[in-house]
Amino acid sequence: MSNKLHIAVARRFWCCAVRRARFVLFPTLTALLLTGCGGGLQSVLNPSGPQSEHISGLWWFMLITCTIVFVLVMILLFAAVVKGRKGFPDPIAPPEKETRESERRRGVVVAVATAITIAILFVFIVDSFFVGRGMTAELDRKQGINIEVTGHQWWWEVRYQDVDASSIFTTANEIHIPVGVPVTFSLKANDVIHSFWVPNLHGKKDLIPGKISTIWLQADKPGIYRGQCAEYCGHQHAHMALWIFAEPREQFDAWRRAQIQSAASPATASEQRGQQVFLSSACVMCHAINGTPAGSNFGPNLTHLASRKTIAAATLPNDRQHLAQWVDDSQQIKPGNRMPPNKFSPEDMQALLDYLQSLK
Amino acid sequence: MHSKKAKFVSRNGRALLMLIVVVSACKREQRQFDPPPTTTNPAIVQSELQPGGAPQPQTSTKSPVEENANALSDGKRLFSLYNCTGCHANGGGAIGPALMDETWIYGSDPASIHSTIVEGRPNGMPSFRGKISDYQVWELSAYVRSLSGQLRKDVAPGRSDDMNVHRSEQRVERKTPQQSTIPKAAEQP
Ligand code: HEC
Ligand code: HEC
Ligand SMILES: [Cu+2]
Repeated sequence: MSNKLHIAVARRFWCCAVRRARFVLFPTLTALLLTGCGGGLQSVLNPSGPQSEHISGLWWFMLITCTIVFVLVMILLFAAVVKGRKGFPDPIAPPEKETRESERRRGVVVAVATAITIAILFVFIVDSFFVGRGMTAELDRKQGINIEVTGHQWWWEVRYQDVDASSIFTTANEIHIPVGVPVTFSLKANDVIHSFWVPNLHGKKDLIPGKISTIWLQADKPGIYRGQCAEYCGHQHAHMALWIFAEPREQFDAWRRAQIQSAASPATASEQRGQQVFLSSACVMCHAINGTPAGSNFGPNLTHLASRKTIAAATLPNDRQHLAQWVDDSQQIKPGNRMPPNKFSPEDMQALLDYLQSLK
Repeated sequence: MHSKKAKFVSRNGRALLMLIVVVSACKREQRQFDPPPTTTNPAIVQSELQPGGAPQPQTSTKSPVEENANALSDGKRLFSLYNCTGCHANGGGAIGPALMDETWIYGSDPASIHSTIVEGRPNGMPSFRGKISDYQVWELSAYVRSLSGQLRKDVAPGRSDDMNVHRSEQRVERKTPQQSTIPKAAEQP
């Protein structure tokens, strides 16, 4: 007896609790979900160039159409339920016998609904076909800048092509582009498949070993846009991000001129010692610093390391402390990455950091 | 009554025994995360190469990592990071000789391999002196030895990070090392 009472009380309590919580819970959940929308740096819903506008246009068109259809279906369903209740006050009474007339009417309704559905889907197909064509059609005619991006486990090699060989240079993980100029990207990979995705500027494009894929994009507003590898490529896939800096033309040209230069030669005694440490230790086997004997392209080019905002594929801010942690034991930060730990005496390490930070 | 007590003792005894066995597996090895730093600009040391197929002097330097599975998997990774694979493939040999067979030109003991890596060898093995820290050289030489099954099976790596190109080092039959009788210059494949 008392058992039953308990259950009843408990049920009562939970009912009320849930009913009350509804008013708090659902708005909170919805708000939580919505925080995922918008946002600036890495969002399809915040297009900053013609390519991503194509994509977000398609997205909004589909979302709005589907929302309208959903609302209409809900209204009709509701109407049917209400009408049905009025028609059959007794739920267990046998259904009304179907007449020829009602059968015909139902046939028409189903046919019309199906036709509308097909028509809408067809419009979607045609629209997405033209959006896709619009994004690739003018590829050959784009006369802007040509950047070659190679995906590595787990960082991006970035090479600015030029007709003048002395103006070609290589950097990593951070791509500067001028605003309002179409930029062509040649996408390659050497190890596994990666995918280049900067949502504010373009859709995803896979980097496939043995194949060069080409896309173009353009930034209409100056700004910083975040990109991310979008094809699982191994252990540190999540730490394989990149930044695109869209700048006014003069600023971009100044940056480009600086990047073409060889590395600054060490100015102070400490920097000189740091260069010695770099050249006489393992670093030289994997990294290039133009203007020094270090010329290996296994890891990112460090010629202008200090001009970058981040290191390790946008994993760490580029400051002295993080640089020190990275050089000392990058495996603790990005386990499995392709750079081994390097143990130095404190003096050597400080000198090395001085040198790395002088590579403006 | 008596048998109940016996059962109790035997059951708990067994549990205790199992616990001891399990606990004894703890701290099987000490991982070294902070090996001593590389010294820069080390004094040039003349290598002590022996002519012909003469055996190498057995050095008494003991490898600090031969019994350490963690160091071995580090060594395996370093073997490709430092591009040993560029010349020795995955142990089968290319420009450089095979490292997974039983013949050794310069000796199979850890210290000899250590000095092969640090000093380099005349027919094309580059010297990594000063480039690779001492501790990592030990890790590499231990890994090289595991390629021909010289190490304990529970120490040798059991899997690869990438696609397997040969059976795992753990499953390699131990090959008895032999001094190469071929004149050094002719060993090149
Ligand atoms: C075995 C090859 C190898 C060696 C040796 C090596 N590195 Fe690296 N390094 C890499 C790779 C690969 C990366 C990219 C890692 C990633 O982001 O996944 C890297 C990244 C870096 C970065 C970050 C660059 C950027 O823009 O993101 C710095 C700085 C760096 N290394 C400095 C050094 C220094 C200093 C040394 C010597 C003490 C050194 N490296 C030794 C392979 C190596
Ligand atoms: C540029 C190519 C090259 C690279 C890189 C290279 N080796 Fe070698 N290695 C050789 C050649 C060639 C020989 C044979 C030398 C001789 O016969 O004098 C050799 C010999 C050896 C030997 C001696 C084999 C024996 O039978 O005694 C070992 C051990 C060895 N290498 C390990 C390594 C390790 C470990 C690395 C990476 C740190 C490495 N090698 C990188 C080319 C290379
Ligand atoms: Cu990836």
